Amino acid sequence: MPAPPTVLHALGRRRFLIGAWPWRAIAYLASTVPVGVAASLPFAVLGLPWLVLFDRAVHGEWRTWSDLLLVPIGVLLLGTLGPLVAVPLADVERARLRLADTRPARSGHRTPPTDGMWSWLRTRYTEAATWRALAYALLLLAVAPLVYGALLLVVVLDVAWLSAPAVVHDGPVTLGLGTVSTRREAVPYALAGLALLPGLPYLAGLVAGLHAAVARALLRAPDDAELRAELVEVARSRARLVDAFEAERRRIERDLHDGAQQRLVSLTLQLGMARVHLADDAEAGVAVADAHEQAKRLMAELRELVHGIHPQLLTELGLPDALRELADRAPIPVTVRAPLTVRPAPPVESTAYFVAAEALTNVAKHSGATTATVIAERRADTLVLEVRDDGHGGADPGQGTGLTGLADRVAVVGGRILLSSPDGGPTRLRVELPWSGE
Amino acid sequence: MSAVRTVLAEDGVLLREGLAGMLERFGFAVVAAVGDADALVGAVEQHAPDLVVTDIRMPPTFTDEGLRAAVALRRDHPDLAVVALSQFVQHAYAADLIGSGGGRGVGYLLKDRVVDVAEFVGTLRRIVDGATVVDPEVVRRLLRRRRDPVARLSTRERDVLGLIAEGHSNSAIARRLFLSEAAVGKHVGNVLAKLDLPPAADSNRRVLAVLTYLRSEAGEAPPGGSDARPRSEL
Repeated sequence: MPAPPTVLHALGRRRFLIGAWPWRAIAYLASTVPVGVAASLPFAVLGLPWLVLFDRAVHGEWRTWSDLLLVPIGVLLLGTLGPLVAVPLADVERARLRLADTRPARSGHRTPPTDGMWSWLRTRYTEAATWRALAYALLLLAVAPLVYGALLLVVVLDVAWLSAPAVVHDGPVTLGLGTVSTRREAVPYALAGLALLPGLPYLAGLVAGLHAAVARALLRAPDDAELRAELVEVARSRARLVDAFEAERRRIERDLHDGAQQRLVSLTLQLGMARVHLADDAEAGVAVADAHEQAKRLMAELRELVHGIHPQLLTELGLPDALRELADRAPIPVTVRAPLTVRPAPPVESTAYFVAAEALTNVAKHSGATTATVIAERRADTLVLEVRDDGHGGADPGQGTGLTGLADRVAVVGGRILLSSPDGGPTRLRVELPWSGE
Repeated sequence: MSAVRTVLAEDGVLLREGLAGMLERFGFAVVAAVGDADALVGAVEQHAPDLVVTDIRMPPTFTDEGLRAAVALRRDHPDLAVVALSQFVQHAYAADLIGSGGGRGVGYLLKDRVVDVAEFVGTLRRIVDGATVVDPEVVRRLLRRRRDPVARLSTRERDVLGLIAEGHSNSAIARRLFLSEAAVGKHVGNVLAKLDLPPAADSNRRVLAVLTYLRSEAGEAPPGGSDARPRSEL
């Protein structure tokens, strides 16, 4: 049986009295008092107009209707300055909640978008968590004294009953339900007090548990909001990762291009010159010719590699040209239609490019198509990229065609992939991406 | 024959030095070697060279400033031979360059060609002598794109088309394919006729016509069907 998460759960356990829970409940109740007192001071100032009005009404000193103006003034004070007290109070209360409730209770406050006082204030005054904290503060000051007072009364009464036989000889004692003046009369009270004694921890547990439940309900981020916030954060961090990845690819591409590629071309050029001056049938000439050929192959390989890391052409000339170049490389004739006049956001552009590259690779490998078409166009705020082929169809995203990886890439920029590939063809892969990338 | 006075523009220092050294060794006189397009234009104004060899991608934006400078130079100096070196195949660039200026020598080559030293130098010489040269890779890719009329060409005619596009004269084509010049003339006539191109002896005009033709499919997809929605979603 798992450990009970809260006082209220523990109340139902047989071993409640011999465990730590009664003490935790008592600690919770006892620590409420200083917190409540500390909170009551600023709220007494804020609630001053209401207190004045209340006082006058009680003493029948109701003079004019203008006194009623005190009501909106009080509301205004509480509404403007109340949160400044309620928000730190809520922090304290969430920390104290652990005494009575072991479950994590995260604040429902959002992180302000920027540093600075103004941003903090604007965030705090426009979110539900702040006003729930204010509601909690008002409840704490209005209801808690009554409940805690009643509990204290019961405890004092029980102590009085228990000690009645000891103190009765000093004179008659009033014990709430009657007055006793002899020990004999006091004994039943003492017995009743003794019977009531084990009930006290339960009572304390109940009050602490109810208080904790109210605190938890008002001061904790609701589950779905927590989830939503986490989801948003996850989506953002995923987008950040992709951006960082993209930037890194560009950096690597540039470094390779400016460094290794340049050197290799220049080296190959030197070899080419040496080759011109050496007869091809001399031994040295053969060696140099061989080295030159190898260097040329290496140049081509390195260029392909760098291109795969990040297509320079895309960065420099944009999607239509890059798609045409892809089409040129394809083993079957590919028609490109890309009437784009402006360029979409870079992440969107490169996503579209990689989708097209992967799709054309698939077409060449699996489809048996003789021709393919790539269309990229803007529709309102969407970049639509479509790759069609006249192959035999039956493309299955589950077959490890690289489509799943593409779907991830597309999802990151907030787009979607659609695939239609009936048996017998044709296959159409379509990607819709938000033009501005979010 | 006096050395060909050459201005070289390339932003990579290593390659610039290597190219300059190579050209010097093969009897070109490199009068200036610069690293960006503005310096290139300045050097041409200052030295009035016979030949410009420029990288297309140069600072500050690393896009097409070299190409734009080349096109402008061709416009202002119709007799200046210009060769642009490109990192990757760009049909539009090739066409812009070939179509610019007065039809004297011009070339659009992939940068990697420079390492085939003898061939590259030979190509430069042909361009200085007035030929128009497009990198074989450009032609190869464009040819692969076309299906219809190009498909009607015989293998031999296709070889001839490739060599026309690279700016070879009829006599050079004849030498390469081991044919008589008369036979080449007939092939060239057939190719131009099959592709509905105007007959032209001038290599520049011929190349331009071929390029224009090869690019003219303009990538139009067959109409219809683009509004139908694909069914399943991943």
